[in-house]
Amino acid sequence: MRSETGTRVLGTLAVAALAVLAVMALVVTPPDVNQQDAVRLFYIHVPLATVMYVAFGITALASVLYLLPRTRARKWDLLAGASAEIGVVFTGLTLLTGSIWGRTTWGVWWTWDARLTTTALLFVLFLGYLALRRTTGDTDARAKRNAIAALAVSIDLPIVHKSVEWWRTLHQKSSLLDEETFLHPHIHGSMYWTAMLGIGAFVLLFAWLLIHRYRLALLADRVEDQGLERAIAERRAEVLTGAR
Amino acid sequence: MTHVGYLVAGYGATFAVLAAYGAWIIGKKRALARELPPEERDPRWH
Repeated sequence: MRSETGTRVLGTLAVAALAVLAVMALVVTPPDVNQQDAVRLFYIHVPLATVMYVAFGITALASVLYLLPRTRARKWDLLAGASAEIGVVFTGLTLLTGSIWGRTTWGVWWTWDARLTTTALLFVLFLGYLALRRTTGDTDARAKRNAIAALAVSIDLPIVHKSVEWWRTLHQKSSLLDEETFLHPHIHGSMYWTAMLGIGAFVLLFAWLLIHRYRLALLADRVEDQGLERAIAERRAEVLTGAR
Repeated sequence: MTHVGYLVAGYGATFAVLAAYGAWIIGKKRALARELPPEERDPRWH
């Protein structure tokens, strides 16, 4: 299968899975006894947060691969940047959907709870990382600096995940994705399967976005090189013309 | 159904942002691909 056909199939699958998710989450699943229909935000909030971990995890892994001399290649730096940008989008949406859900269940849009605060910090840290990537300089030195910065800010990832256990928080404990609830989930039936479908659908979408964002980064790199080569050729021609 | 406004805001914002971001990536990729000479263009960039 040609790679562009593969990505089209992936994109179609992601859209189809998201459409099924919307129907399951908004129509099929029952309302919660306590939260009523506000619980339906769970089916997008948790998958968005899951992809946030995956995206920043890939950034951290690609950064390690760039820093190791044996595996060092430009592609790892570009992949780290592509995944971090998508991670920032998903983190922003995690904070937004969490805030809306919080308003319905806690009565406030925001509170300085450990989970919320560490997630907001993660968002700001990775925004800073993306800003750092835009600075100029030698390609290799810049990529090394990016990789070190990515690993430094990734320290917040396990803190976000464990924050509901390490501190007394208003935010509920993990519903699906910790060591205990993964094997013995607290939710059942259509609610459980819809949550799982949500994670699958958003992971498919993330994969599609990552492939295209990575290709965009490769292309931008190529265009930049072309521009540089053209500028050098023009300068050389000017010098030669001046010398005659 | 309760909390309709919150659900519309949550789902609407999520799908709108992700659709806009996906469209931005594809649009930017196509625009950049046009800057390269035709012989260097890769079909994956369209």
